Amino acid sequence: MPDHTAPGSFDVAIIGGGMIGPALSLGLLERGLKVCILDEGDDVLRVARGNFGLVWFQGKGFGMPRYVEWTRRSAMLYPEFAAELREHTGVDIGHANPGGLELLLGEEELAHRQHYIGQIYQQGGGKEYEVEFLDRKQVEDMLPGVGLGEDVVGASYSPIDGHVNPLFLLRAMHTRFQQAGGTYLPHHRVSGVRKNGAAYDVVTEKGIVSAPKVVIAAGHGLRELGPPLGLDIPIRPQRGHILVTERTKQILPMPISAFRQTVEGSIMLGVSAEEAGYDDVVDTSTVAKIAERAARTIPALRNLNIVRTWAALRVLTPDKCPVYEESETHPGIYAVASHSGVTLAAVNAKVASGWIAGDPAPEQFEAFGVERFDAQKTA
Amino acid sequence: MLRRRHNDGKVVKITIDGEAVDARAGESVAAAVLAHASGATRTTPVSGAPRAPYCLMGVCFECLMEIDGEPNRQGCMVRVEEGMTVRRQQGARDMERAS
Amino acid sequence: MSAPEYDIAIIGAGPAGMAAAHEAVNVGLKVVIIDEQDAPGGQIYRDVERVAMERRHDLDVLGADYKYGYGLVDGLHASRVTHLAGHTVWQIERSGTVWCSDGKKAKQIDAKRVLLATGAMERPVPVPGWTLPGVMTAGAAQILMKSAGMVPDGPIAICGSGPLLLLIADQLVRAGADIAVVAETTSFTDYLRAAPHLLRALKGADYLRKGIAMRRRLKESGIEIVSGISGLRVDGSDKAQGVSFKAGGRTRSFEAETVLLHQGVVPNTQAARQLRLEHIWHERQHYWYPKTGQNGSTEVEAIYIAGDGAGINGARAAEAAGRLTALEIACSLGEVSRADFDLKSPPWLSELDHHQSVRPLLDALFPPPNEILNPPDDATLVCRCEEITAGDVRKAAKLGAPGPNQLKAFLRAGMGPCQGRMCGLTVTEVLAAAHGKSAAEIGAYRIRPPLKPLSLAELADMETGDGDVTLASPSSGP
Repeated sequence: MPDHTAPGSFDVAIIGGGMIGPALSLGLLERGLKVCILDEGDDVLRVARGNFGLVWFQGKGFGMPRYVEWTRRSAMLYPEFAAELREHTGVDIGHANPGGLELLLGEEELAHRQHYIGQIYQQGGGKEYEVEFLDRKQVEDMLPGVGLGEDVVGASYSPIDGHVNPLFLLRAMHTRFQQAGGTYLPHHRVSGVRKNGAAYDVVTEKGIVSAPKVVIAAGHGLRELGPPLGLDIPIRPQRGHILVTERTKQILPMPISAFRQTVEGSIMLGVSAEEAGYDDVVDTSTVAKIAERAARTIPALRNLNIVRTWAALRVLTPDKCPVYEESETHPGIYAVASHSGVTLAAVNAKVASGWIAGDPAPEQFEAFGVERFDAQKTA
Repeated sequence: MLRRRHNDGKVVKITIDGEAVDARAGESVAAAVLAHASGATRTTPVSGAPRAPYCLMGVCFECLMEIDGEPNRQGCMVRVEEGMTVRRQQGARDMERAS
Repeated sequence: MSAPEYDIAIIGAGPAGMAAAHEAVNVGLKVVIIDEQDAPGGQIYRDVERVAMERRHDLDVLGADYKYGYGLVDGLHASRVTHLAGHTVWQIERSGTVWCSDGKKAKQIDAKRVLLATGAMERPVPVPGWTLPGVMTAGAAQILMKSAGMVPDGPIAICGSGPLLLLIADQLVRAGADIAVVAETTSFTDYLRAAPHLLRALKGADYLRKGIAMRRRLKESGIEIVSGISGLRVDGSDKAQGVSFKAGGRTRSFEAETVLLHQGVVPNTQAARQLRLEHIWHERQHYWYPKTGQNGSTEVEAIYIAGDGAGINGARAAEAAGRLTALEIACSLGEVSRADFDLKSPPWLSELDHHQSVRPLLDALFPPPNEILNPPDDATLVCRCEEITAGDVRKAAKLGAPGPNQLKAFLRAGMGPCQGRMCGLTVTEVLAAAHGKSAAEIGAYRIRPPLKPLSLAELADMETGDGDVTLASPSSGP
């Protein structure tokens, strides 16, 4: 049995085996670092499993132009990221970049969206912002054979939007992780981290794992693990529901924010946002509302059977922008948190991982510091 | 692959893949299809593999068939009715109902 | 908030459900029974009323145990129960609300108590070739006889183990079917050796005596019965053409157009799992069953369970349990005093005990063989819907998938239309073997609504009352 407490076993211990931890680990392994991922058991709160699969650009980063840039960067790196994963593991994560639509029902929704997108553009100081508005006819041309409900007045469109199969992404990252020499330790629930000389002892249910650098990519676990380590970051759970239909012949050529057809043919329907604490039980009213909106948007969806519903808890910051923070009181301990783990997988693997390895922080990180939350509170 | 022990039940006329078939009152669509012909009653959306009913009690979902234009109905849970149109499915369904 | 419309909502109109409904109405409760079949009887007494009235020739073949169910159905009709036939339950809430559908409209039923009487299902039998057309469960053959008066044409191979194996062979022979072979994984010599001692000791010996008599009848009909088989496979390319297996040191093959597989029945736990009830792993019989307290109560005040869905004990035990649980519910609602319960319950407690007492013997005699639980051939399909093999599951285990839910995430196993019913047990066993852990440690799929698929139209058209739901785009919003 390998002794993970021996100093030098690992250069980086990553807490969390969801969308963020494995992505960061791939970049670290590429630099020849020794990495372990500490994960929990099987039936626990795993936000990564509740993922919709959008690689989404439009509408992100309201009030934070740097996040717009960061998101764009990830979308641009995705094809290369996907190709590498396929080459190494044989797993095709189903990434596609056909552009994305946000369908708008009624003039009020359209006006609201136009205002919102307009503001993001202005916040960017006039830099190109790749979102445009389409009228109903143009939307119909983009979605041949898909009958639109009469309330659809138009859409916002971005050529940068895309989608991926989130479960295959997870599997591919885990496969690549182990292939590249990473050590995966499930059933190692972490209760705390403490300083031990030049390194840190990560206290797990199966014993201590030691490393000079620790990354907390544990989703909601950051609420418990962070504060003693100088990482008291205001994340909260926000529930989102997903409905999944039976497999259907391919009909949706692109993701439509609230609807996405997978490579296997199922259509995923969302998107809700409920403040329900840590309750991830499916709520019937929410399911009905999602179904109703879906039926109004694309009436033919009414014919399909729903075979599965999920409720997952987003890891949400007050401004919905991510956290990439190194502790000041405990240098070498990092917190990474975001509800867009899928979209950011590419940039996490290829750029953020470098920051953990010791590279200078990417320029976008100047806006991601957690002191912004205090500023937001007093604003 | 199935035969009726007695043919004295009330005849219910249905079509299976366009062919006129005499089923009997009370039979499930799945049973009527299996009495009509052996072999696959559908092919899977994953690989196109041939499948046929396995449990006949609504648990296995192998008996998925298009009944009166509506795809993916469990044939073992529906009884035959006069004039019913039944089609065996190939792969995944269409989003629209069949005409 | 107004009081629920019903005292009890019973889910399932098999022996447990029908008996519970009858008993509950007798003590003055307002009852609704919801069943996805359009006629009562569950699977064991499926279509018994129709058969009794329109197909008496089939009644004789099916036997006295089946005929018995007619009384229960009759009792159900006689009671003032609201019977929602042809309604599929797709979600149950711990508060006692049941969501169901008649295929066109989703309905909400509010009850003070919910009794799950959803029964059992056949244990999946993953052998090479089990997904070929022509392969069915032994139970399926019985259902065809009961609901359609049909028997398989051409030679039939009946393979597996358990009391039902011989019963179905016997029924098929009497129905004029052509049996190519009956192949048992259990070794008859083993149980013959055990039987004499146990026959004396046990109350439920009639099960065993019936089995021995059936065996003799089959042999007298010239049907070959092979015992102690292993390595069972179904042969054929796009439909079943026969079976092969090893027995007595050599490989044997039999031609067959229909292959009936059977390795006992297991509780259907979908509803109990959706309610997040605690489940226990049955070590000897290798299945999960929900944890119940006194007379079918559970850790949730409004939820009760009776019948094979709580653990396999057969139809007569299910009936007794249904009555006891109905009385227990009536007690919990204050409609029946505990003293009255103690007066009414003894005959049912005794009946339950009688039928439960044979189980340890049956469990010991007909254990599911390891090669069925944990298919040795990597190419054997485990998840039929998503076409995932045993080898795929083992690879994912190596990748670190600690349990069925992470496996689901990696491979899509359990994400098909059957929602894990056919693959759940096998996935747990394969993972347990791969990780060197017990099934209890590995766990099971998390089950979420809908329990059965229902159309988006029905969900969209539902009136749910609570209006405070926000839909958001993934980016903008509140």
